[in-house]
Amino acid sequence: MSGVAVHLDGLTRRFGALTALDDLDLDVAPGELLALLGPSGCGKTTALRLLGGFDRPDAGRVMVGGADVTDMPANRRDMGMVFQAYSLFPNMDARKNVQFGLRMRKMGAAQRNARAEEVLALVGLADHAGHYPYQLSGGQQQRVALARALAIEPSVLLLDEPLSALDARVRHQLRAEIRAVQQRLGITTLFVTHDQAEALSIADRVGVMHDGHLEQLGTPEEVYDRPATPFVAEFVGTMNRVAGRVLPGGRLEVLGSSLNAIGGDGQQQGSMVEVLVRPEALEAVADEDGHATVTERTFLGSLTRIRVTLDDGADLLIDAATRRGLPEPGARVGVRVTSEDALVSGPSTP
Amino acid sequence: MWRVTILVLAAIYFLGPLAASLRFSLVQSNGKDGFGNYSRVLHDGALANALWTSLEIAAITTGILLVLMLPTVVWVRLRLPRLALLIETVSVLPIVIPPIVMGAGLAELQLHAGSAIDSALFASPISALTPFYVILALPFAYRSLDVGVRAIDLRTLVDAARSLGASWFTLITRVILPNVRTAVLTAASLAIALVLAEVVIAGTLLYDTYPVELVNQGQQDAGIAVALSVLSLAITWLLLFGISFLGNRAGPTRVGRLL
Repeated sequence: MSGVAVHLDGLTRRFGALTALDDLDLDVAPGELLALLGPSGCGKTTALRLLGGFDRPDAGRVMVGGADVTDMPANRRDMGMVFQAYSLFPNMDARKNVQFGLRMRKMGAAQRNARAEEVLALVGLADHAGHYPYQLSGGQQQRVALARALAIEPSVLLLDEPLSALDARVRHQLRAEIRAVQQRLGITTLFVTHDQAEALSIADRVGVMHDGHLEQLGTPEEVYDRPATPFVAEFVGTMNRVAGRVLPGGRLEVLGSSLNAIGGDGQQQGSMVEVLVRPEALEAVADEDGHATVTERTFLGSLTRIRVTLDDGADLLIDAATRRGLPEPGARVGVRVTSEDALVSGPSTP
Repeated sequence: MWRVTILVLAAIYFLGPLAASLRFSLVQSNGKDGFGNYSRVLHDGALANALWTSLEIAAITTGILLVLMLPTVVWVRLRLPRLALLIETVSVLPIVIPPIVMGAGLAELQLHAGSAIDSALFASPISALTPFYVILALPFAYRSLDVGVRAIDLRTLVDAARSLGASWFTLITRVILPNVRTAVLTAASLAIALVLAEVVIAGTLLYDTYPVELVNQGQQDAGIAVALSVLSLAITWLLLFGISFLGNRAGPTRVGRLL
């Protein structure tokens, strides 16, 4: 199995007055796992359905391996898909589910059996080949669905929030398994999710979508560390909004620290702007003369999230490595920025 | 105590007339007890022919209904969900129009039809009655199938099958049909029951179908009439039992079991 390049060229899809996808351009490299991330209604599933042939675009083209497949029906696109809902055929056991696509390709019974055994073993369910969907857990059903999609050796694998119906432990485990299988087979994969942790942990690149547009496309590190827009900054991870003052030389003064400004071009020196700072880029230090009060402390395992209220009334979230001596609720603290950069959201609002 | 009382009263209400009918049907024309009435019914060639004709019509009607309605219901649910209510309403029309109206209209057509139409449509009860029984059974079939289709995650199953390379025909026959088998059997049983009971149109057009023959024979001999009733009931029960048996064997799906 080897990956092919996917190119979405100016894809537009409208539902009545609603434009679900607006002139989307996207390239997926051969063998790459690209995650489309965004909130409900952002157009990510629409893009995936257009790629899969389940819907027709109002404008634009879908190119797979250099061929224009825009008008090709779904059953001839040679793409495997795993759905958010459990999609196994209830009247067939796991083996027959996996064999279904092979049967459609007129493969002989012996070959079908061998291939089904092979891919079920790949997802760790060789012992469950005779089980019907209702006899399998949610995680097992999604594994079989993955095996079924892989059995046909598709040119592209489409994953439509396949983990969202699973509990956290199974989700983490299956996420790692999907990534391992995808890398082993080198299959070009489009993964749609609204879970930013899922997208950041599994993808080679992440495309963040908003209102039918691609807001940013980059590696998980780029999207997280250098968000292109305030929407990306706030959707990917948690973000604080704090006031900053524009300094000369593209720098900002935020909570007493001087930082490199990202964005905010055209802001006048000395003007006040709104700055986005991540919780892990802040530090709370116990200080009776500090300018903030701890209002809440939440244990998150390796991290502890501290909520502080500045004397001007603004609330901030701070993530600190869990350890003894972290300030208790009610303690006075000083807050400082530990990162070197900060993203300017826009002019400060009163 | 209340449950037992209600059960006993219901049993008397339903089984009492049955027992009385059975008892009456066993009284022969000579006044002695025996199976004479049943023997006469079973050896009546006209009745057997009429039953065979009705079973043929029932089979063809059921086949046409399912071939027409299952893809229609799937298509409406997938592509025209907003029109579902309208189509449901339209499908009720055959119930609203009395069969005698349809029968009278057909009789008029039969009277004035040219020889081509007469030989194509009215030459046999199968070609004459089947199209209209399809229309009469349509509301029952539509509702049964719609309930079955709504009980499965249709869109996901369709998308999954399509992504794996299935044509629409394969999708309907190998994925949808097995998962709505109980609904299909229900639609089939209602269509068969309708054909085996419809007497107005067939009688108006003077075709000897099973229900018409039942009425005719029943008017000549009370003992035979009651024996026919008991036999019809037994046939209906057997039919429903068979369908229920097939439904319970409708594959190891939770959907099948729930229905």
